[in-house]
Amino acid sequence: MSAEIWVFAEERGGTVKPTSWEVLGVGQRLAGELGKPLAAVIAGSDVGSAAGALAAKELSRVLALESPALDPYTPDAHTRAVREAIESESPDLILFSHTYRIRDFVPKLAAALDRPYVPDCVGVTVEDGQPVFVRQVFQGKIDARVAVRGEGPWLATLQNGAFPAEDVRAGAAAAPVERRAMDSGGAASRTTVLEVFEGVKDKVDLTRAEVIVAVGRGIGKQENLKIVQELADAFGAELAASRPVCDNEWLPMDRQIGSSGQTVSPRLYIAVGISGAIQHLVGMKGAATIVAINKDPNAPIFQVADYGIVGDLFEVVPALTALARAG
Amino acid sequence: MKIVVCIKHVPARDSRLRIAQSGEWIEERDLSWEINEPDTYALEEALRLREKHGGEVLAITAGPDRAAEALKRGLAMGADRAIHLAGDVFNAADANATARGLADALRGEAPDLVLAGVQSDDKGYAATGVMLAELLGMPHSTLIMEVEVLDGRVKVKREMESGWFEWLELPLPAVLTIQSGINQVRYSTLKGIMAAKKKDLRRVEAPAAGSAGTGPAGTGPAGTSPTALHGLAFPSRTSRAEIFDGDGKAAAGSLWERLRRDGKLR
Ligand SMILES: Cc1cc2nc3c(=O)[nH]c(=O)nc-3n(C[C@H](O)[C@H](O)[C@H](O)COP(=O)(O)OP(=O)(O)OC[C@H]3O[C@@H](n4cnc5c(N)ncnc54)[C@H](O)[C@@H]3O)c2cc1C
Repeated sequence: MSAEIWVFAEERGGTVKPTSWEVLGVGQRLAGELGKPLAAVIAGSDVGSAAGALAAKELSRVLALESPALDPYTPDAHTRAVREAIESESPDLILFSHTYRIRDFVPKLAAALDRPYVPDCVGVTVEDGQPVFVRQVFQGKIDARVAVRGEGPWLATLQNGAFPAEDVRAGAAAAPVERRAMDSGGAASRTTVLEVFEGVKDKVDLTRAEVIVAVGRGIGKQENLKIVQELADAFGAELAASRPVCDNEWLPMDRQIGSSGQTVSPRLYIAVGISGAIQHLVGMKGAATIVAINKDPNAPIFQVADYGIVGDLFEVVPALTALARAG
Repeated sequence: MKIVVCIKHVPARDSRLRIAQSGEWIEERDLSWEINEPDTYALEEALRLREKHGGEVLAITAGPDRAAEALKRGLAMGADRAIHLAGDVFNAADANATARGLADALRGEAPDLVLAGVQSDDKGYAATGVMLAELLGMPHSTLIMEVEVLDGRVKVKREMESGWFEWLELPLPAVLTIQSGINQVRYSTLKGIMAAKKKDLRRVEAPAAGSAGTGPAGTGPAGTSPTALHGLAFPSRTSRAEIFDGDGKAAAGSLWERLRRDGKLR
């Protein structure tokens, strides 16, 4: 049998994460183009129901790596289990989603295996029978193509939200699920998980806001926030922020939008002085209408915006506030 | 305790970038450079730990000649000494090649703690610190928002998605990748800049690409990467945005009219 393509899936509470479906869709396409069988791999202490959901899709098998040592998650235990599976099965290409957990252990796995690792890809094509990846560099300002050298397995992660989850095709019949009890003995994980908790209780709930004015580092300093607060008031909007604004303690962390903050989908989102890094975009690109105000015409925020002003926010924002006040 | 901080020299954030003719990197002329932002948080955290527990902070970078500037700034902020693993190969290097270079350079140092930023603002692999941990045989954790050094161990707060966190404990020595916002980064003072001039900044030549060495298996000699960037291009994803030009007031006026006409205001 020719070497497989693997899609590494993640689950939470027995349900496959949406980002894993995105990756599975890409895996199905590549399996077709490369003429290789596709397997889904999942790891945890009890992954039966997620494995079942994966098996309903078009793939040749599901590999469920199970061990009590895999829960709670630690990078040591995950690396060990996945490495063991890779070494016994020799897949050609392994696709992951670029989630916090994957970022935490897959680089270690790649270094341990000494194999190519191409993270956070937004495109994959096949050229001369080889995958070629596209990934963003310089904070989304430039795209780069990445070719891999040497032998597989190649490890790549796909950017969250870059591929549609709806692309996944169902299988004609359920694929076989192979449950593997992984060796949980050997060296124990060096990491001890003490506690998992939610950061801010009683946080401002931005998910219900109809209109949001979000401010980024372009505002320069805390004293300047006044002009965006006025804009927000004039629009009857909630004020939100990108991460650097909260990192600098100009606004509290519960106003942060993005992968480590809140995910919102208001009717209108006005981004002021925000570049549009992917970690910000994942939190707001579901907004019905997006307006971007930024002085850099190449800022990635314009790729998701419906309306934009390329200009100095210190001129644009007060003018817009005046218009909104006049109604 | 001995703390190593990995820092990277990257184009200043507001740079207008141009792509080099080769299509393999950016045009470096006329750019201004800075320490990769997440790394400044790592350095600040190292300095705070030294202030609390005593010891030494060693800054290291892998990069071409210009990268020595990042170390000078690190020394001015308060690092005690620095190692510049120098080589043009590091522009094209992927995280694996960089981590291997750093691991070789650090092997004789026996640090208690190695800190790195969560990812770089240029290539953004988010992998170098984690790979370094594997190569040094140390445990690691990523996206760290709080560090508490205990007796032979370290207790850390790790950021997870959507506002969740976890507390973890690891034995020392360990590698941590530090997330932005963990602290408020100090500015370097004139006194710091003067003092930095007398500090030890050691240059170590990285093996040139194509030379023999202990590179990644099956992928060539040290300094060459198993993956190669090429075909750099500005994104072709077409913006569907309708852009309003003119001075601020005029642009705001056109935008307002348009929002009203399209029924976006209620
Ligand atoms: C694991 C991880 C999680 C993260 N989570 C989040 C998250 O949840 N939310 C988040 O936002 N970020 C997050 N980030 C950070 C993210 O990668 C970016 O660094 C961040 O979003 C950048 O914020 P910004 O756009 O405000 O700042 P910058 O990228 O510095 O952009 C500032 C923008 O302002 C513009 N500007 C400057 N002056 C003016 C002016 N006078 N007029 C008009 N425009 C101007 C500039 O052109 C620039 O585009 C995360 C990063 C990591 C690694």
